[in-house]
Amino acid sequence: MAVLTQQKPTTVIEKLSDEIWRKKFLRNVIIPWVFIAPLLIIHIFVVAIPAVQGVYMSMTDWGGINPNVNFIGLDNYHELLFEDKSFGKSLNNNIVWMLFFLTVPFILALFCASMLAQIKRGGMLYRSILFIPYVLASVVTTTIWKNLLNPKDGIVAASARALGIEGFEVAFLGRTDTALMSIAFIDNWHFWGFLMILFLAAMQAIPPVLYDAAKIDGANRWQEFRHVTLPGIRPIVLFMFMMVAIWSFLAFDYIWLITQGGPGGASEVIATQLYKNAFQRFEAGYAAAQGVVISIFAGFIIMIFVMLRRRGWDI
Amino acid sequence: MTAIGKVSLRDTVFQRGRSKERSKLLVFNHTVLLLLTAFAVIPLAVLLFNSLKTELDIGQNPLGPPRTIVIENFREAWEEGDFAITMRNSVIYVVATITAELVLGGLAAYALARKRPPGSDLLMLYFLVASTIPVWMYIVPLFVQMRMMKMLGTFHGLIIIYIAGNAPLTIFLLRSYMIDLPSELEDAARVDGANEFQVLTRIVLPLTKPGFLTVGLVVGLGVWNEYTLALTFIHDPNRFPVTTSFAKFVDRFDTNWALTSAGAIIILFPVMVLFLALQRQFIEGLAEGGIKT
Repeated sequence: MAVLTQQKPTTVIEKLSDEIWRKKFLRNVIIPWVFIAPLLIIHIFVVAIPAVQGVYMSMTDWGGINPNVNFIGLDNYHELLFEDKSFGKSLNNNIVWMLFFLTVPFILALFCASMLAQIKRGGMLYRSILFIPYVLASVVTTTIWKNLLNPKDGIVAASARALGIEGFEVAFLGRTDTALMSIAFIDNWHFWGFLMILFLAAMQAIPPVLYDAAKIDGANRWQEFRHVTLPGIRPIVLFMFMMVAIWSFLAFDYIWLITQGGPGGASEVIATQLYKNAFQRFEAGYAAAQGVVISIFAGFIIMIFVMLRRRGWDI
Repeated sequence: MTAIGKVSLRDTVFQRGRSKERSKLLVFNHTVLLLLTAFAVIPLAVLLFNSLKTELDIGQNPLGPPRTIVIENFREAWEEGDFAITMRNSVIYVVATITAELVLGGLAAYALARKRPPGSDLLMLYFLVASTIPVWMYIVPLFVQMRMMKMLGTFHGLIIIYIAGNAPLTIFLLRSYMIDLPSELEDAARVDGANEFQVLTRIVLPLTKPGFLTVGLVVGLGVWNEYTLALTFIHDPNRFPVTTSFAKFVDRFDTNWALTSAGAIIILFPVMVLFLALQRQFIEGLAEGGIKT
């Protein structure tokens, strides 16, 4: 623009082309950026600026309210990784959570989707019903299952009693050895239908010719699944592996709504600990460090994924 | 689906010998699917049953259908749970977020898909990276910032957080719908003297309606169901959305299953009505949204 204003157009043609150039600049640069600006500014305000601040905050001993702030370098991280035993326990719970979610919903969804892909009539109905739990709010899902897992007359206890099986009148959510897995089970009840829909869509995109060819070769159903279906849906399965691994480190609402990390820290994960540190114990700096650590885990998982792709994996 | 249907049709014609085996296998399929369907539906059926029972009936018959139907639970839950207020609040959060998201996201996606100003690629990269930043990375500083700007605990404060959180998804989805449009239509409109805004509202918008519907549904469902951010940023019961208010309600009436079940039904009712009416858009939208973020 600076260059433009210095030029003094002398002829009519130059004046005209200058006019056209301005109009083009307005239409192709200014207006598009005016269109983009509002959402971008909101996003920078809510995500980018606080994310950068978070890194700085994680290197301070700030409590969150009083103006007393000291820069303490990496002390929070040192405490987190080497001194805070409860953090190690939470991290361990996150990893258990991840192992659960990288297996149970995937097996369930793959199995169900391959059953559903062969159905001609009523497939849409199954698909819709199996998807219903996914649209429920976490507060609703947890309320349902808190009732169903009630040791006195919840669904598990009552049906076990009806069948004459003993040992199921257990407070699954109140015991240190079952709390975390029970919450994972509940979250999975809500989640797995979503995976199933993704896998089903991918299976239906596989050209039927491949199945014909497999049949001509005399493949049985397992071989068909192993050599036609699985390679066909591999990209989405691997992608969801990455996403689920990341989400496992962010897990919060189901745990918070059911046990708040209890009993006795049995279902504590990094996010519930972070929440308590930030908003109940007023250790903002320490909580920010935990947030950064969660992000590093997420970034690490993405890096592995990108590296595998660079290595020529067909992801 | 139809493609696979064709294969098995051909099977029955050309391989009569194997058709019996086929149908047997489908019986197996239906058995498995019915079991899984039961797994999805029974908890919901129990919830509905319990919402219609008396406390006494639940105690004696926790899982079966109600002996006498009691509607009273819903009135009591509605009043005790302040649903008149929190439903209104949730509608405000949902409608405001969807509206702002579609208007601002539509403008941005249009610019990125159709105009590609210098810096577009960098901006897409920014949103791609931003979409992988976990909320836990910035929730504490964001809280402080909101407090400093006196936006903590306000409707607009939470709404702009929702708008920002859904921004990458909105831009990716709407952009992918808009990028496929042929540019001849826009050029024709421009030749007729339409300005940029008219091109967007008269030509591009009508042609990408399904994209806007999808984004609206995904964002709306997400905000209606959202718990964590509402818990963090809204502390005044008069501004609670249904989720955080209901969580407190459940804590208060912990053992009163009839009441908490009725409350849960009240929250999921609008979602279920919309879901049943727009199943295809819901399922495909959420599937697409899940992959795009």
